[in-house]
Amino acid sequence: MSQVRHLIEPEDFTLEELMQLVDTGLSIYENPSQYRKVCDGKIMASLFFEPSTRTKLSFDSAMMRLGGQVLGFSDASTSSTAKGESLADTIKVVNDYSDLIVMRHPKEGAPKLATHFATIPVINGGDGGHQHPTQTLTDLITIKRFKGRLDNMKIGFCGDLKFGRTVHSLIRTLARFGNKEFYLISPDELTLPVSLKRQLEKQGVKLIEVRYLEDVVEELDMLYMTRIQKERFFNEEDYVRLKNTYILNRDKIRSAKEDLIILHPLPRVNEIAIDVDTDPRAAYFEQSKMGVYVRMALICKLLEVGPYARG
Amino acid sequence: MLEVKGIQNGIVIDHIKAGNGLKIFNKLLSEHIDTPVVLLMNVDSKALGKKDIIKIADVFDIDLDILGLIDHNITVNIVRDSKITDKRKANIPEEVTGLFNCINPRCITNSDAYAVPKFKLYEMNGSAEYICSYCEEITKYRL
Repeated sequence: MSQVRHLIEPEDFTLEELMQLVDTGLSIYENPSQYRKVCDGKIMASLFFEPSTRTKLSFDSAMMRLGGQVLGFSDASTSSTAKGESLADTIKVVNDYSDLIVMRHPKEGAPKLATHFATIPVINGGDGGHQHPTQTLTDLITIKRFKGRLDNMKIGFCGDLKFGRTVHSLIRTLARFGNKEFYLISPDELTLPVSLKRQLEKQGVKLIEVRYLEDVVEELDMLYMTRIQKERFFNEEDYVRLKNTYILNRDKIRSAKEDLIILHPLPRVNEIAIDVDTDPRAAYFEQSKMGVYVRMALICKLLEVGPYARG
Repeated sequence: MLEVKGIQNGIVIDHIKAGNGLKIFNKLLSEHIDTPVVLLMNVDSKALGKKDIIKIADVFDIDLDILGLIDHNITVNIVRDSKITDKRKANIPEEVTGLFNCINPRCITNSDAYAVPKFKLYEMNGSAEYICSYCEEITKYRL
């Protein structure tokens, strides 16, 4: 294999590579049977130091659908980390057991550290509140499937924009695709981190911060919802006061465009009322489905197999 | 008037903002140097009004990055046989490794010995601001 590639943050890939992954993912979605043996004999290590349902299972599913095998753990307490093993040592060992590592870790920057000790590709499956690049790929493939494009959109992000790593990765990537205006709908306590705002504004991105979704919903081509977690608030009173403001229901999208798409990285608790699920604009379950196909494309790319085979 | 002799061989860290001399001494010099050191505080300066000076005998190597982080006005004179043979200016380093910690408590560099904090200069906003190579949080260096 040529020089090992990793996916730690979306910026590790060029826009052309991201587009190609999305298109490959869509091809796999159209015709998955063509790809069912491309990872025959390959092993993916799935190291989840923190719980996950969708990311872990969709990666496992993606590898299995490609004919590969999966080993790993889904809770740090069942690994040697519980005995005090360092991340570096875990990675050095797993490096010899597998062909590819997917990891989620509560500490921000942990997957980047892992790349210093791995000679096989490492994929960041989420690191603290920092980045979640494969959720970004999932979001991109869903947007491309439903909107047919990745640029020139009016996009709203709603809910917890402070700790929502999916938002951080996606907003940066959509800005790279040329989207220069974002509506940020959140309570004061959960606005986008200042460091990220400054990075985006340096790139000429206009961030419009509003408190209420109803004020901007008519404008939007895409609405990205996130969950507001109780533990993010300093006191329960503030949480109770604000939680309903950021719950999406049919009333709130009454005046929205017909071709709006509503995305959510899931899990959802109560921030989208279940009556929205049957609205044709709700795309979040399709989104989690598309995550498998784009992860299949990513695995192929990093292992240089199937559509990414060399020579 | 207090008079301090010049050194024959060594370095003179000059143009330190008054008050920073002791901090530099405590933080960077006290543990590592076993040759004679003189710290002068509140010396009259045309450029700064008051300044601090540190003279270190028989040492010629000093990390200009650290000094640049603290105060980019600092100059370092190399003295050999009582003559200044070289004059260097402390620069604000573009990249910094291991000199200070990331302010983000969730950053891997604050919990894993293998992860040495590494930063890139982000912006000069009064003082130098550095972006963490691991978690991308912005840390302002303070002495």
